[in-house]
Amino acid sequence: MEITKLKEMAQTIRQDIIREVYSGNSGHPGGSLSCADIVTALYFEVMNIDPNDPAMKGRDRFVLSKGHAAPALYAALAERGYFPREELTTLRRMHSRLQGHPSMNKLPGVDMSTGSLGQGISVAVGMALASKLDGQGRVYALLGDGEIQEGLVWEAAMSAAHYGLDTLCAVVDHNGLQIDGRNDDVMKVNPIDEKFKAFGWNVICIDGHDMQQILDAFEAAKQCKGKPTAIVAETHKGMGVSFMMDNAGWHGKAPNEEQARQAIEELGGVF
Amino acid sequence: MADKIATRDSYGRALVELGASDPNVVVLDADLSGSTKSGEFKKAYPDRFFNAGIAECDLMGMATGLAFSGKTAFASTFAMFATGRAYEIIRNSIAYTGANVKICATHAGLSVGEDGASHQCLEDISLMRGLPGMTVLDPADDVSARKLIKAAAEMQGPVYIRLGRAAVPVVYSEDDDIVIGKAVKLREGSDVTIMSTGNVLSEALAAADQLAEEGIRAAVLDFHTIKPIDEAAIIEAAKGDGGIVTVEDHFVTGGLGSAVAEVMAKQGLGCKVKMLGAQDRFGESGKPGELYKEYGIDAASIKQAATELCAWTKMNTAP
Repeated sequence: MEITKLKEMAQTIRQDIIREVYSGNSGHPGGSLSCADIVTALYFEVMNIDPNDPAMKGRDRFVLSKGHAAPALYAALAERGYFPREELTTLRRMHSRLQGHPSMNKLPGVDMSTGSLGQGISVAVGMALASKLDGQGRVYALLGDGEIQEGLVWEAAMSAAHYGLDTLCAVVDHNGLQIDGRNDDVMKVNPIDEKFKAFGWNVICIDGHDMQQILDAFEAAKQCKGKPTAIVAETHKGMGVSFMMDNAGWHGKAPNEEQARQAIEELGGVF
Repeated sequence: MADKIATRDSYGRALVELGASDPNVVVLDADLSGSTKSGEFKKAYPDRFFNAGIAECDLMGMATGLAFSGKTAFASTFAMFATGRAYEIIRNSIAYTGANVKICATHAGLSVGEDGASHQCLEDISLMRGLPGMTVLDPADDVSARKLIKAAAEMQGPVYIRLGRAAVPVVYSEDDDIVIGKAVKLREGSDVTIMSTGNVLSEALAAADQLAEEGIRAAVLDFHTIKPIDEAAIIEAAKGDGGIVTVEDHFVTGGLGSAVAEVMAKQGLGCKVKMLGAQDRFGESGKPGELYKEYGIDAASIKQAATELCAWTKMNTAP
């Protein structure tokens, strides 16, 4: 997809995120908006996938390790054609396939059920081990910056480097905020790049809202052999919506009608 | 005297056989492959063996990723660290998703012996049987362990298999049918029923033999499958004339005794049940045999419980 189209799609996905969380009156807009550009790049340019055959053998896989950003994943899957866009408004409702956190057994296209932080990256390591055994498919995992406070992330980081899993690419959505406030106040995570380097990873630091930088980083990750790649993406929580941006208060809160209207209009859409 | 083989050795042998017949079988361990015997598979198929290091949560996560890439993943470590340390990974990444992971946990229960309480997991059955979709197996001997491990590999979905450290007598022959979900009656008897799971089976059989010498006819059932539990076998025993003694190398809460009591309560069956196992108390260092005696799950303790139960039954059902 053309880069201008990718940028437009990222904005469409942001509008979808607001509609989902507003309709469900529940969910996590802040961290979904911060990773929208990255998820767009993966689903519309980078990954070898087929919406008509979600379980395609040898496909690339995506594990949303920060499972609370489900609205971003659902929007990308719907826009890519995995399921009807109209279904996005069922987020978090009784009997919806769009569970509060992604459920692979409910929704086609979800490669791993996540929600409990730290587990997705570990499962992604297992998938990358299999891709190495079978010689096909790459594995992408998206982590939150608060998420890397979980010890399991570093167990998985150690394993990925130990087994030289160059089919694995992890992205850290570094928006600097978590539920209780700034990472720096809750539990320092910086320097993230040096931590991954010390664990034996190839590390690329980018502006996580610059589509060209995102695409270049994923391409560089593909070219890197013998070690996994971590992309540390500097982002803003609530990116694209003025009153949500860089505000930890919008981690897990739904907008009211007036707020949803303003957000969608700021994102170039019609409420 | 029957041969004695530890069920962890049965695991190593079964893995090597499975590895030969199915190239999709992969095995993971967390730095205990010499003890769990998964190292036997490593020797035979090094490319399909992955060590997670001393990181049980990552062990379970990696096994899950392999399973969702079409592999049959066996993950082994000690029961304590598999079900305790990595419980939530098993819960959310394996059970909730229905991942095709076979968790083979060795060194379960007091049979660990000298290592003591920190390593004697007495709640693993309880933790695992509470998870929707988890099959829970607790084989008693070499033959049943190998047969159940192979049956687990053939079925889709998560399975917890509990294996022991100490060598235990071989009870079954290769011709015996061992089917997941079906308890095996090894002794007939109508005075009392002894229900056993896992490595204490030989203690239960010894107790039944001693009871027979005193004229008490005890039935002995091997519940090698805790989930799904064989309800029909429990109902049949509970409708008989005698009471029931359950025995397990596990806390009495949440294990076999609880599973039996749940079925009886649901069916409205009211015979008396004596539950033998670790009461509200952690383990400690000692030889397995000494611990079985101390915690009341050796043959003598089972015999005593059965005798008391028979006396109680006679007194309370007398005309």
